[in-house]
Amino acid sequence: MEAGRSAGTPAIELEDATVAFRLADARMFTAVAQARLSVADGEFVAIVGPTGCGKSTLLNIAAGLLRPVSGAARIFGQPLAGLNRDAGYLFQADSLFPWKTALENVAIGLEVGGRARGEARARAERWLASVGLAAFAGRYPHMLSGGQRKRVGLAQVLIRDPRILLMDEPFGPLDAQTRQIMGNLLLDLWSRDRKAVLFVTHDLEEAIALADRVVIMSAGPGSRIIGDWRVALARPRDIFEIRLEKDFHDLHREIWGVLKDEVMKGYAQSATPVETRA
Amino acid sequence: MSRGRLLLYQALVAVAIVALWHVLTTVPVSGRILLPPFFFSNPFDVGKQIVDWFVTGAIWRHLAITLWESILAFVIGSLGGVLFGFWFARQPRVAAVFDPYVKMANALPRVVLAPIFTLWLGLGIWSKVALGVTLVFFIVFFNVYQGVKEVSGAVLANARMLGMNERQLMRHVYWPSALSWMFSSLHTSVGFAVVGAVVGEYLGSAAGLGYLIQQAEGVFDVAGVFAGMFVLSAFVILIDLLVTVAERRLLKWRPEAERHAA
Repeated sequence: MEAGRSAGTPAIELEDATVAFRLADARMFTAVAQARLSVADGEFVAIVGPTGCGKSTLLNIAAGLLRPVSGAARIFGQPLAGLNRDAGYLFQADSLFPWKTALENVAIGLEVGGRARGEARARAERWLASVGLAAFAGRYPHMLSGGQRKRVGLAQVLIRDPRILLMDEPFGPLDAQTRQIMGNLLLDLWSRDRKAVLFVTHDLEEAIALADRVVIMSAGPGSRIIGDWRVALARPRDIFEIRLEKDFHDLHREIWGVLKDEVMKGYAQSATPVETRA
Repeated sequence: MSRGRLLLYQALVAVAIVALWHVLTTVPVSGRILLPPFFFSNPFDVGKQIVDWFVTGAIWRHLAITLWESILAFVIGSLGGVLFGFWFARQPRVAAVFDPYVKMANALPRVVLAPIFTLWLGLGIWSKVALGVTLVFFIVFFNVYQGVKEVSGAVLANARMLGMNERQLMRHVYWPSALSWMFSSLHTSVGFAVVGAVVGEYLGSAAGLGYLIQQAEGVFDVAGVFAGMFVLSAFVILIDLLVTVAERRLLKWRPEAERHAA
């Protein structure tokens, strides 16, 4: 594994990964067709696509939660069998343990990994502080705001120091200002040790502002990767400021030219039921 | 409404009912007493009976026995419910095979089992405990089953991505979820434990609140029946208060509104 890392092996490599589900009437529904994607170690890649295009499906393949019916997923050069132990996953839905306090939620990843409780709690406290929630350690998730819950989730994932970070529209349910604050927090934390990140979003602006590369997916079913742009904006970035730069606007216009058609297709298709689409 | 005012109004309701009861059972209205004391007794006789029980200390033994039966029924029924709830929820095939029998057993009015339990277990406390267990078991069973089944998919996936193995999932995810469902039905299951004990005593026993009421009824001592009912009500309210305290502690991670929904 370590040898693979130094040789520049990609952190995540999807090779012609296809995911299909069996529908209730026994016909197959292809969610993602022959996806080819590679994320280098230390690279921040954002996937953007219209709703229901299978962005999360790609993420779940990389996490090992879903197996492709054909094709392969490799993590640091090793074929992925079972769950991806190198990855931390920040989910779109609320996924904190409601019966644990913020501190316990953050510490649990270390505790189940065999660390002593005292040490795990002490490190969890430091992580809560670094996401700005030192004063909320004893709160239960329902006592926290949506943004605060996402911060706890971020600390919960990062405390295990995964080599890969998978994020599924993590800031989707938050309001616009909170999203930008969370984006800056994420970039700040990421810049410390530059993990490989696969970040799914439907928001093109967010994708450009955060990522090194923006990957565009076509509308489903059987969605494919149809575009791959490098974001040459300098780091460190400030999400509030970067949206005002000319380079940002030029890239945005260029990508949106492609994405727009797919978004329209996606909308048209979401008006018809799944069965008639396949 | 402030707390003091609320208490005042609640006390007024009791005073009004007792006053009405007193008037209707003692003061003739157009030459006739509307509620004959033979059937309805009157507040003074009932109060005297209750005071008597406590002054002589005769009531304590009965209270203790009913309490003990309720506790045993609750503990045994809950343990069984948790075990089977977990087992069925984690083994869908077992659950599917036993499903019709579980439904059948739950649909049976439990009172009809009382004579059988008396035959099997005698007139002592165990026949009452058994009756209470059959009531408590199903409430806890269904709640634990639901609690394990309804763990959110996102929380489960998150737990697995955080590196939990099967045993750790059990301890950190399924178990707390199941317990929270069980605790949210605590009022009902504790209530049913008491019902099982009292009904069992009423149908055949030598001690307990149900026995007191049944004995009084047997000699047409209506004051005794009412007195027994009032002591029983106070007993249930006291237990319910304790349950509320326990619930507050155990479910403090849940939003207030959710606690009473389940």
